[in-house]
Amino acid sequence: MSGNVRLLDDTLAAAKAEGRAALIAYLPAGFPTVDGGIAAVKAALDGGADVVEVGLPHSDPVLDGPVIQTADDIALRGGLKIADVMRTVREAHAATGKPILVMTYWNPIDRYGVERFTAELAEAGGAGCILPDLPVQESALWREHADKHGLATVFVVAPSSKDERLAEITAAGSGFVYAASLMGVTGTRESVGAQAEDLVRRTRATTDTPVCVGLGVSNAAQAAEVAGFADGVIVGSAFVKRMLDAPDAAAGVEGVRALAADLAKGVRGQA
Amino acid sequence: MPSNFFVPDPEGRTPSPEGYFGAYGGKFIPEALVAAVDEVAVEYDKAKSDPEFARELDDLLVHYTGRPSALTEVPRFAEHAGGARVFLKREDLNHTGSHKINNVLGQALLTKRMGKTRVIAETGAGQHGVATATACALFGLDCTIYMGEIDTQRQALNVARMRMLGAEVIAVKSGSRTLKDAINEAFRDWVANVDRTHYLFGTVAGPHPFPAMVRDFHRVIGVEARRQLLEQAGRLPDAAVACVGGGSNAIGLFHAFIPDADVRLIGCEPAGHGVETGEHAATLTAGEPGILHGSRSYVLQDEEGQITEPYSISAGLDYPGIGPEHAYLKDSGRGEYRAVTDDAAMQALRLLSRTEGIIPAIESAHALAGALEVGKELGGDGLIVVNLSGRGDKDMDTAARYFGLYDTDAEVTEDASGTAEIEGDVK
Repeated sequence: MSGNVRLLDDTLAAAKAEGRAALIAYLPAGFPTVDGGIAAVKAALDGGADVVEVGLPHSDPVLDGPVIQTADDIALRGGLKIADVMRTVREAHAATGKPILVMTYWNPIDRYGVERFTAELAEAGGAGCILPDLPVQESALWREHADKHGLATVFVVAPSSKDERLAEITAAGSGFVYAASLMGVTGTRESVGAQAEDLVRRTRATTDTPVCVGLGVSNAAQAAEVAGFADGVIVGSAFVKRMLDAPDAAAGVEGVRALAADLAKGVRGQA
Repeated sequence: MPSNFFVPDPEGRTPSPEGYFGAYGGKFIPEALVAAVDEVAVEYDKAKSDPEFARELDDLLVHYTGRPSALTEVPRFAEHAGGARVFLKREDLNHTGSHKINNVLGQALLTKRMGKTRVIAETGAGQHGVATATACALFGLDCTIYMGEIDTQRQALNVARMRMLGAEVIAVKSGSRTLKDAINEAFRDWVANVDRTHYLFGTVAGPHPFPAMVRDFHRVIGVEARRQLLEQAGRLPDAAVACVGGGSNAIGLFHAFIPDADVRLIGCEPAGHGVETGEHAATLTAGEPGILHGSRSYVLQDEEGQITEPYSISAGLDYPGIGPEHAYLKDSGRGEYRAVTDDAAMQALRLLSRTEGIIPAIESAHALAGALEVGKELGGDGLIVVNLSGRGDKDMDTAARYFGLYDTDAEVTEDASGTAEIEGDVK
């Protein structure tokens, strides 16, 4: 069975046809439990997210700030396995018909086996992967298997990326380009980095693939601001923080739904 | 004038241009760091062929560090090593008390050349942190050191030294609160502050070019030892022995001997409470290939690629990874790696102290314990060189508790510094 890269492309194209940016939510699998995580992913999609990135937690999340580190710790202490991540993808996709990506560090996939991982993710209905510590130069094996199984390879670009490197990255990637709004790890910020708009402009000069902006976006006003210059808005830590701050799991899921609804207005310029 | 002490690999045998030692190495880093890591590689390449860089570094290594370091024969210690002759390469006599200063001065000069004004570093035992804080004081650079919270407690003396030198020391409370987590936190800092900050990485791991560059700065250890052995013993050793955490002092000793096929290269990994107990940090003995902190090498991990928490009495060896060149040396058979328990290391620490009047670091004591075994295997004709990578002052609290050296009525405050894992004071 082939993965859902086409569904991802169509979803982003549909948002563009509506004259708006897409809303992409990040939620770690297994947080606070596997079932609780699935409920949260569904709530984000029900609330108005167009795409969800399901995090596969790692013991050493060097690109994540304290909020996602805390969620990852809870998931791993709960005994999260890659099979649980696959179930999260499968159930969320089956329930909503929307594109689901996996975001993780490279070692879990390297260890699990690239062929096994891509085959299982495609079979679960996944649309692709974001692997922020796998640079394009080290990605040939991954891309071979991702292509074979119909999965997108979303690369991250950063404000420090030089133009020739942007061209190299976007030529190898698919689905969308993840433009990091600032130099730093995940986490909510007061304002979106001023470098984001310039990075989107420079990235677009190299590709027709949609360019979505993440890192630091946490509310509808920021989403609206980013939607003014990008094809998609990626929000992660703000969702996780809602769940961490909620008095119980059910309230956390409702918090995710409410934030998604709020952000969905933002990406439509209604903040 | 050729440099005497900055002696990078003359043949450029390894790594490949992409930073690979066989199947190991590479550059597994976030895009935000690619430009900075590339800048380090370019600047290091330029420096390597710049006589002015070699002159500056040589001058520091002679007049500041005190190179060459002595090679000391230790006959009373060697009586316990099957009668083999044992020589110690005295990196403990370098300024700041360990081999770490060799690499730190090189990278500090690079930091200046890159126009950066701030340095960050990780540290386990605190020796790399102290060396880094020292170089930052010398060059007027801002300095932030990340250190696992457990390590700040068991190496409190070095925390005080770093702060005395003007560095900010941040106790890292995530994960296992040891060296691996300090590196995670340093990477997070680097991503956010890369414009003005150099990450002065302390071992031969990390993304290319760090494994090769850090090795080159330490290569002087083996170059000197080789020459000194020929002078003092009249021949090359049968074995070169060093402790291995990330692997910097070991590769420094080994590298100049790699072409000498008859010299065995023996790395001693921390077996903690015993490899079979699961409480160890013996990465090459018990690990599997994987990616940690920017390169592919052996790592301690579970079947789904989660890094497992290491344990060693030695903060400097308490790390679930290993430099990629060691992985390559292991797989090729050129290097041999064996595991040494906490207890064996502590016994060797006391033995060297009492037979030779030299108190080694607990890290280096792993190599000494390995040398006692190797000596017995070689017998009376054997000749061994051990890298005494650091001095033991920083470890006196751990050792005093281990051997019961405090007066019972002296005030010894209990804390969570891992002493619970040291069984009794009676050994």
